[in-house]
Amino acid sequence: MQGNDACAEGAVAAGCRFFAGYPITPSSEVAEQMARRLPKLGGTFIQMEDELASMAAIIGGAWTGVRSMTATSGPGFSLMMENIGYAAFTETPCVVINIQRGGPSTGQPTMAAQGDMLQARFGSHGDYSVIALAPSTVQEMFNLTVKAFNLADRFRVPAFLMSDEIIGHLRERVEFPDEVECIPPKTIREGMLPFEPEDDLVPGFTPFGKGHRVHVTGLTHNEKGYPASTDPDLHEKLVMRLVEKVERARHEIADYDIVNPEAEIVFISYGAPTRAVRQALLDAPGKSYGHLNLRTVWPFPEGLLKKFTNARVFLVPEMNLGQIAREIQRHVDQPVIPIPRLGGALHVPSYLLKSAEEHE
Amino acid sequence: MKYEVLFSGFGGQGIILSAVILGRAAAMYDGKYAVQSQSYGPEARGGASSSTVIISSDPIQYPKVLQPNLYVIMSEAGFLKFGAAAPESALMLVDSGLVQSRPRCRFIEIPATMQAKEVLGKPIVANIVMLGALVSATGMVSFEAMERAVLDSVPKGTEELNIRALNLGRDILQKGGDA
Repeated sequence: MQGNDACAEGAVAAGCRFFAGYPITPSSEVAEQMARRLPKLGGTFIQMEDELASMAAIIGGAWTGVRSMTATSGPGFSLMMENIGYAAFTETPCVVINIQRGGPSTGQPTMAAQGDMLQARFGSHGDYSVIALAPSTVQEMFNLTVKAFNLADRFRVPAFLMSDEIIGHLRERVEFPDEVECIPPKTIREGMLPFEPEDDLVPGFTPFGKGHRVHVTGLTHNEKGYPASTDPDLHEKLVMRLVEKVERARHEIADYDIVNPEAEIVFISYGAPTRAVRQALLDAPGKSYGHLNLRTVWPFPEGLLKKFTNARVFLVPEMNLGQIAREIQRHVDQPVIPIPRLGGALHVPSYLLKSAEEHE
Repeated sequence: MKYEVLFSGFGGQGIILSAVILGRAAAMYDGKYAVQSQSYGPEARGGASSSTVIISSDPIQYPKVLQPNLYVIMSEAGFLKFGAAAPESALMLVDSGLVQSRPRCRFIEIPATMQAKEVLGKPIVANIVMLGALVSATGMVSFEAMERAVLDSVPKGTEELNIRALNLGRDILQKGGDA
């Protein structure tokens, strides 16, 4: 099965019953599969007029208490940014699939890239936090889509599946479990206000029509949800909570593989380049290079870097000019060497090995 | 044994479908690992099209084909773009009615499009003819697995035609191709 189809199947298995999107290469198969699947399940598929409306529609869908998703690629992701900020500020659980292609602008529609990784974290204005996952197999396109829904609900945030054209269009064997774990958002407790946080900083969710008065606004709001946009302390407290509810849970959210934690030369990768690193490690059995594969990229699981106690250098192959390498360098004293590959072709394993040998 | 197969032709010949069917035969019906990917541009029918599939008895990490050892070439443009650089150790099946050039490596001429038209009346199944020949030439997947994968992948009502195309490819190959 193709990665994009596996993503749609993961969404359906996770109980997603609302999809609004605008087709764009190389993500369109996600929408096509959702269009085939949802009507038969009593769900709703809408092809919207553009990506601004798509993002707005899934926010509305989520507030009716239905798991909601859209899928796009870079140009559409840019258009979604305004409403992604709205989703973050209104604590709307929703899932956005980004099958990344070469940018900037319309760039390379049919070629892979990972150029939207910082945009996913910082693309909308203001301070907020989100969750971003990165699959490197077709199986993970399924598994991490399910996980994205659970995390979106758990933390009431937009959760992104930051895939790429290589994995989205790759076909390989997938196994679907009989059922997947679906963890619904916690509901609001009696006596609590709709934006009043619990101990984990996440307020209980009260979708429209479920018996509570709730007002949703993109303006700075109090715990009732009413605008209160001129109180500096209230604004600071709210924004800090929205960031902290995700950032302080980064170890709960972290999903990763570690190989050879005692290594001195360590590769760090996510998405398609992980496949190149794994092949490189197989091709060089005499070397004991380390590898950290990140399935969670945001919030960045910085504590994992400390597990490589002997690391002298971190090598970071990405299909961008070093977006996550820059994040890694913030957390370690050792040199972090980006290994960029632009244009859509995946890193060749022998090139990665040559890069590693240069640091021996 | 690891097979890295490159299919090339022009858009509309079913080049991508060929790789999907081969990968499905290996992964679903022959107990092997397979990954399939494709390169394509914005153009639709008529443009140069290629797709690759890797088949192995071991899990496959790197998803892209770096050096194919099997080629299935169904257009002259596809030959010039991908086939001309084939290493001498490779094996190439060429649709001999559509590809004029011949490689340095070992090759087998399969007049797939011509035979599909003459014998079956449907040149559209030439890609399936090529698959029948490829499987018979290499044994990379069992013929039964290939039959099941073809039946999974073709439109309803065309099953018999496609199985006949698969058998035709095998028969051409067993007669020594057109070499």
